[in-house]
Amino acid sequence: MAFDQQKDQQFKYIGTRPKRQDGIDKVTGQAKYGADTYQAGMLHGSIVRSPHAHARILKIDTSEAEALDGVKAIVTRADFATGLTGENWNILENIMADKRALYDGHALAAIAATSPLIARDAAKLVKVEYEPLPHVTDIVDAISGGAPIIRESSIEANVPEGYHKNICRRFECGKGDVEVGFGEADLIVERDFFTEATHQGYIEPHACLAHMTPDGKGELWCTTQGHYNVQRICAALLGIETSQLKVTASEIGGGFGAKTTVFIDPVACALSRKANRPVKMVMNRSEVLRATGPASSSWSTVKVGMKKDGTITAAQGTYRLQGGAFPSAPSESPAQVTFAPYDIEHAEMVGLSVLTNRPKQAAYRAPGAPMGVFASEQVLDEMAHELGIDPIDLRLKNAAKEGTKGVHGPTYKRIGLIETLEAAKAHPHYSIPLKENQGRGVACGFWFNFGGSTSVSMALSEDGSVALSIGTPDIGGSRASMALMAAEVLGIPYEDIRVTIADTASLGYNDNTHGSRVTYAVGLATIEACKSATQELCKRAAGEWGIDPEAVEWEDGYARPSGPNAGSFEPLSLKQLAAKMTQTGGPINGHFEASPQTAGPGFATHLVDVEVDPETGKSTVIRYTVVMDAGKAIHPDYVEGQMQGGAVQGIGWALNEEYVYGEDGRLQNTVFLDYRVPVASDLPMIDCVIIEVPNPGHPFGVRGVGETSIVPPLAAVANAVSAASGVRQTRLPMSPPRVLKSMKEGKVVG
Amino acid sequence: MKYFKPDSFDDAIEIATKAEGTTRFLAGGTDVLVQLRADIVTPDTLIDLKGIDGVSDITQNNDGSWTLGVAVTGAEMSEHPTLEKDWPGVVEAMDLIGSTQVQGRATLVGNLCNGSPAADSVPAMVAAGVTLTVKGPNGSREVAVEDVPTGPGKTSLSADEVVTAVHIPASGAGRGDAYERFIPRTEMDIAVVGCGISLRVVDNVIVEARVAMGAVAPTIRLVPDAATALEGSTLDDAALDAVAEAARAACSPIDDKRGTIEFRIDVAGVLAKRVAKTAYERARAAQ
Ligand SMILES: Cc1cc2nc3c(=O)[nH]c(=O)nc-3n(C[C@H](O)[C@H](O)[C@H](O)COP(=O)(O)OP(=O)(O)OC[C@H]3O[C@@H](n4cnc5c(N)ncnc54)[C@H](O)[C@@H]3O)c2cc1C
Repeated sequence: MAFDQQKDQQFKYIGTRPKRQDGIDKVTGQAKYGADTYQAGMLHGSIVRSPHAHARILKIDTSEAEALDGVKAIVTRADFATGLTGENWNILENIMADKRALYDGHALAAIAATSPLIARDAAKLVKVEYEPLPHVTDIVDAISGGAPIIRESSIEANVPEGYHKNICRRFECGKGDVEVGFGEADLIVERDFFTEATHQGYIEPHACLAHMTPDGKGELWCTTQGHYNVQRICAALLGIETSQLKVTASEIGGGFGAKTTVFIDPVACALSRKANRPVKMVMNRSEVLRATGPASSSWSTVKVGMKKDGTITAAQGTYRLQGGAFPSAPSESPAQVTFAPYDIEHAEMVGLSVLTNRPKQAAYRAPGAPMGVFASEQVLDEMAHELGIDPIDLRLKNAAKEGTKGVHGPTYKRIGLIETLEAAKAHPHYSIPLKENQGRGVACGFWFNFGGSTSVSMALSEDGSVALSIGTPDIGGSRASMALMAAEVLGIPYEDIRVTIADTASLGYNDNTHGSRVTYAVGLATIEACKSATQELCKRAAGEWGIDPEAVEWEDGYARPSGPNAGSFEPLSLKQLAAKMTQTGGPINGHFEASPQTAGPGFATHLVDVEVDPETGKSTVIRYTVVMDAGKAIHPDYVEGQMQGGAVQGIGWALNEEYVYGEDGRLQNTVFLDYRVPVASDLPMIDCVIIEVPNPGHPFGVRGVGETSIVPPLAAVANAVSAASGVRQTRLPMSPPRVLKSMKEGKVVG
Repeated sequence: MKYFKPDSFDDAIEIATKAEGTTRFLAGGTDVLVQLRADIVTPDTLIDLKGIDGVSDITQNNDGSWTLGVAVTGAEMSEHPTLEKDWPGVVEAMDLIGSTQVQGRATLVGNLCNGSPAADSVPAMVAAGVTLTVKGPNGSREVAVEDVPTGPGKTSLSADEVVTAVHIPASGAGRGDAYERFIPRTEMDIAVVGCGISLRVVDNVIVEARVAMGAVAPTIRLVPDAATALEGSTLDDAALDAVAEAARAACSPIDDKRGTIEFRIDVAGVLAKRVAKTAYERARAAQ
């Protein structure tokens, strides 16, 4: 059904807030997370990690460890597939070093033993001979003269001659001619901005249980955002066929992008294969912080030209993102995203990926966008102040709308940026008077959103209840949203639908739970799968009535004759048709497979008030409002959860979270005590305003909401702290020492 | 690792005297067990003190002073009906430690003997003039809290000595004490700077003061100059500036992941002023 037809429809289930189906299990502790799987005779794994930021591995002597009672297997790089290329090679190189340790915490060997303590003790007995090499961890140092070159072979062909050899990828986009645009400007501002690496900070560490058997088959249970992806990568790294490994996703305690890749899963499989027993591995927090992906650190240079009336005449940006010792930093993203909310004639954006001796960066909600927007939205803020224009009015003046060609290329269909700006302006928050030492920040954000490959199946039971199988781990309440959409299409109560995350052997391929795709793409597939079942139900009713199937339509849980010409029959309910299905033609199931391409872009406007203690430089967030276009909020609680979560993670990133490296290149803050995510008492209640400008590409109008929500907060908080402190804050985190210093010096702390 | 749970301090001392390698006493375990799990310190001998009679008692003596057992937890101190009235600063300092769960285990003596320069209860105890009974193979001695820490992770106690009791003096009329720390968040963090002040007023004039600073030097510092700056004053602006200056002068901090030297020195002065104000208000109310 085209969206236009759906527009005026009153929804019965969509937009309500029923309890999530996994709720009771989760609040009673019954839910099984990654570390909650056990098997008879299972072993426990541990990992030997490099204490050096950069070193040649001369020799790994495992003999003493092997001799320890209880040690059953030890693996090194030699126990994995050879001849890998591309990202598979990068992942293998990251999870098990070969000739060089590339960062502090890089895995070199792994042990399986009969208890976690023996495994840990054995790890200490592995003797590694290193030849330490010069290292670099800071992004600016990494592309300055004298920095050690991390891996020249990863430099892509389009990186121009003369660039520093730690720049491995270059991307550019834009339109018009920025020189012309800057020529038309009354005011030009250009600044550099820096952000530190931050970890996704999920509460549940990586955990898995692998069982490989001598027949070459295997099973893996793990916490992941995508078990098909785990299956594909593990099979490649082990050198087995994909389908021989069956992967089951556990409940997941947060991922935010970093559980779209693997760290310990192939290692557990390799240990199990060698020991011929099940092997469980659970990371501790220090391992998570040292060796799983944080987001990139960054250095952005942004220049904007503006007319006196606030019209942007040109925008230029260079975004350098550090991705660890691997060519994976998402530097394309800030280049495309930062000025996407605006209608700009002349724009030129460059993204550069930088190599350092740090762990391989991993996706973190809207990868690459928040740090770029930290730069662009602050420059706009500064210009609004300079020109005496209200920051929301400035954005409204330049806002992209339907028909605008974004600086990154595409022409927008119906989008909701203007609606979020207008709602933010009208929100009571925006007119609350500020007290002394307080400042208000505004920032907008954009994220592409994504479709991705999706398979869904549903099965009808004889009692009329429905089992829906999806292949995307439920990370934010998506089972509830799927059940609501199925209920809407089938016309049966939400409670009659049970949604299961199927394993890789039970349902066709699915991309990860990422890219803000699940409610959109899996929702679309759920709707279509249910429609394929209602078609069959109509056919069964037609058979019963002896009329043409085309003369039957499905409405609110009943098969009905489609009009007076079809004849007059008592409507048949789903329950009635299900009860008879085995006699009327057999089981009734629905399924749908696709890679939908019509994800609607997401826009948001954030408002935040911050108070800065002038004596200590400490920032306290006193008020925060997120206004975001969700297209259509299927289950508003979980939309608000995404909005609040994005804001909170952004506040942490802005104020206190950072990777602190010592001179020796080792990470210094490897526990949550020193890696400072915000605690509950640091935060005000985050207010949410859901805007619904339907996505024309989804039957119910859904847009993804998982990532847009983290795009504006770094900039919004920085704009607020800049206003409160009187000094433009160009470097994250805005920790008390840094802010206090900037206030005392009365100038930007570079 | 060997684990013991003796039922007297004498037995505990005997076990400690005979022990080889690394020995730890187990009070709440919120440092010992965390360090064990994190592979920082793996004791050869672990002596649990919670089986000894009276270690969880809070007693007010006839002279108004207090004796606390060495396993009394932060939660037990906060929930005591009258301790906080006498010594709000000591109780609030202990109460800052960790979460509700940690409060159910953590102790004053553990906080002190772990030897962290940032330990929260220690500046408050030093300001309040708290003393300890320390017992070893050669008998007992009384020790002032400020004489226990000797450096990060180090104390003046020998390996076979154990703290058997904590003594808080009588507070008396006109007494006020307070503790505050600076952390970048609101809780679950380590002090970047800590300050404890105890003072006594007569007719609103400060007649006696003790000021202690935490996290600004290798050990908690008692700052006599800051006390002198307060004494004789009614906490006017000049006294506040002088106390801030003295607090800053006492700092010899380090640059680390938690704060810079410059920042710590700066904030030491800010905190000293703020804490002095709170202690002074409390003292005036207790006249
Ligand atoms: C999550 C968390 C948060 C924390 N937050 C804070 C905080 O905000 N501020 C802060 O200061 N600390 C904090 N801590 C550290 C810790 O909780 C405190 O230092 C606590 O007071 C230690 O007391 P305990 O009884 O648990 O000590 P234990 O771990 O039992 O012992 C600590 C040390 O004291 C010695 N010891 C114990 N009793 C005796 C005795 N009777 N005689 C001689 N030696 C003895 C032990 O040998 C050991 O070396 C935190 C810890 C955790 C886990």
